[in-house]
Amino acid sequence: MNHRKHLLGLEGMSAEEITRFLDTAESFKEVSERSVKKVPALRGTTVANLFFESSTRTRISFELAEKRLSADSVNFTTSGSSVQKGESLRDTAQNIEAMRVQMIVIRHSAAGAPHFLASLLNGSVINAGDGAHEHPTQGLLDMFTLRERWGSFAGKRVVIVGDLAHSRVARSNIHGLVTMGAEVIVCGPPTLIPPEIERLGVRVEVDLKQALEGADAVNVLRIQLERQQKGLFPSVDEYARVWGINRKVLKNARKECIVMHPGPMNRGIEIAQDVADGEHSVILDQVTNGVAVRMAVLYLLSGGSALENEEAPPQQTDTRVREGKQVA
Amino acid sequence: MNLNQLSHRSYIIDHVTIVDPKQNTSFVGHLVVMEGKIDAVTPGRARESSLPVYNGGGLFLAPGFVDIHVHLREPGFEYKETVATGAAAAIAGGFTSVACMPNTNPAIDDRSVVEFILSQARIAGLARVYPIAAATKGRKGEILSEYHELVEAGAVAVTDDGAPVPTAEMARRVMEYAAPLGIPFIEHCEDMSSTGEGVMHEGFYSTKLGLKGIPAFSEEACLARDLVVLKSVKGARFHAAHMSTRGSIELIRRAKQDGLPVTAETAPHYICLEDKDLETYNTNLKINPPLRGHEDRLAMIEALKDGTMDCIASDHAPHAAHEKQVEFNAAPNGSVGLETMFPLVVTHLVRPGHMTLPQALALITHRPADCLRLPGGTLSRGADADLVLFDPEEEWTVRAEDLHSRSRNSAFIGHRVFGSVKHVLVGGVNVTATRIGV
Repeated sequence: MNHRKHLLGLEGMSAEEITRFLDTAESFKEVSERSVKKVPALRGTTVANLFFESSTRTRISFELAEKRLSADSVNFTTSGSSVQKGESLRDTAQNIEAMRVQMIVIRHSAAGAPHFLASLLNGSVINAGDGAHEHPTQGLLDMFTLRERWGSFAGKRVVIVGDLAHSRVARSNIHGLVTMGAEVIVCGPPTLIPPEIERLGVRVEVDLKQALEGADAVNVLRIQLERQQKGLFPSVDEYARVWGINRKVLKNARKECIVMHPGPMNRGIEIAQDVADGEHSVILDQVTNGVAVRMAVLYLLSGGSALENEEAPPQQTDTRVREGKQVA
Repeated sequence: MNLNQLSHRSYIIDHVTIVDPKQNTSFVGHLVVMEGKIDAVTPGRARESSLPVYNGGGLFLAPGFVDIHVHLREPGFEYKETVATGAAAAIAGGFTSVACMPNTNPAIDDRSVVEFILSQARIAGLARVYPIAAATKGRKGEILSEYHELVEAGAVAVTDDGAPVPTAEMARRVMEYAAPLGIPFIEHCEDMSSTGEGVMHEGFYSTKLGLKGIPAFSEEACLARDLVVLKSVKGARFHAAHMSTRGSIELIRRAKQDGLPVTAETAPHYICLEDKDLETYNTNLKINPPLRGHEDRLAMIEALKDGTMDCIASDHAPHAAHEKQVEFNAAPNGSVGLETMFPLVVTHLVRPGHMTLPQALALITHRPADCLRLPGGTLSRGADADLVLFDPEEEWTVRAEDLHSRSRNSAFIGHRVFGSVKHVLVGGVNVTATRIGV
């Protein structure tokens, strides 16, 4: 099996490959439940986490995933770096790679920044969120969380609510879910629905109640307050009233409808307090699963083979030694 | 004798297929040059003559190409391009005349800058360079430049290209003040409020790529504004630069039907590339106005066929490698274009059968010259012998390292094209060899 080198997005990824990521993540999830949360799968591999944009969940999640795989990792954030002296993305990345880093995790505000690095660098590039383009590990962890509940995606209806125009989470979810056979409906203010999004295979519904009709899951996107300042919606109050997910509007969905949020949440705006903490919510499960999914991504991109569902992840032997490859 | 050794002022070029776009003809013939001027264009092989005869080797001969929209970057941005390197790129592409845009530093808003550019062009001794002056001082959109002095120095039009003239009121004053001088106002049609932070055409691909879109109406709103203003200004001439959308074509078509003094240009990238080509986030394809949708591209080819678009101009926009090797959002707009325009026209307009070679060459010879009332682009008797000899069949691949421009940010790197320039004559002098080594 020829393995993937970079993870730049879920667009164009086959159902088979998505399933391989999710299955592998399932095996790794077990590792995080152990008292000793560590396997030697990436021993000797160096990973750099380049975060050009602030992040809590994704950054810590990647770091934990790397540590639990025994990788050596270094963290980079813009503040305190030479980026503030005007060093370009190209130079920053090439210098870090020159220190013999094999994998680069990048979060950047510019769409396509990971693609740019992938074209420049020899190592693997993992997109940890690029502008409004994609956030593939978030898409995978959202799907992982849904699959845990559902078993399969066939016939399931997922509603994505909020600022579709600026959301990389939405795009990765759409690509992944549509490929896996779920029905995807997007809902939000018309000013925050990007043009021709239907061509990604989704249905657009402006009315939230109608959108939620028969929904098996709703993924609530963060609304950024700066969008209001840019005149894209009139007020936080009106947004909360019309597109906020609360108990009352959730009655339009299926009884067992799952509520997700990629975080960070604006409680009381896009999601009501009692929904965020209520029985529908899987928001903290998403965070837990995020580590397992990122372990799977790092592992498979480093050349690890897909694990059988029942098979325990490698503990004693280094996988790559098993495959006859040289380990540093 | 071989054209490489061309050393006379009066001579005959024999054994060529002469393409005269203005007469819409193409025939095997010979051309007589007397003292650097065209004396006769005659079908058939040359008879015995007292003049030296140069063998064209069966190449095609046409008027030197004319590009009315290039950025030569000098003064101010010599690391991107200079008048000399830009003129070398022009010659390499078969262009004997180029008109350069005023978004330099300082802007071309003063007699001294016009004179400086003309002097640099003279020193380079390659293509003819026609400066276009800034419509407003410093291209700030606030105060009119001194058009009388600028025209006296040699400016051929006014524009704030790179940016639009900001208001309808200022567009009106520019047109009014330019009208009696007989020079056109060239507008960079863009409604800045609709463009906002956009970096590519707004549509399905901007949605998919997560890049901020520039709607088609950003161009159309500004064009519509200017056309309405133009109606009320007597004697003004208006030229719309780098048209890219179906909606703009409709507006130009209607304005021409209404008899307004309007001309318009599009650029090769709007007839060869589309927004979907941005899927690799290749910053060389980041251009303003942006590469548009499939339907826009097809409509643009039709608009060239039916004459709604008067001509093609390259919008040659050099940028240094380090400026383009950045994330897509951070990259400057523009692609170099002088050295690829002619083969792209052959490859995308002539070979697919959209038009004949003489019709296609009209779009890069006398028609652009007419838009700015420049000499050139013609084989008329008495005109300067600005000529290009080319092989329309030769296939080649665009490679960055082969470009003569100081910058290699071509949107067409890797493209297979047909049509290769072999000799370029300016005022009867073969300058092809001179450009090598610049």
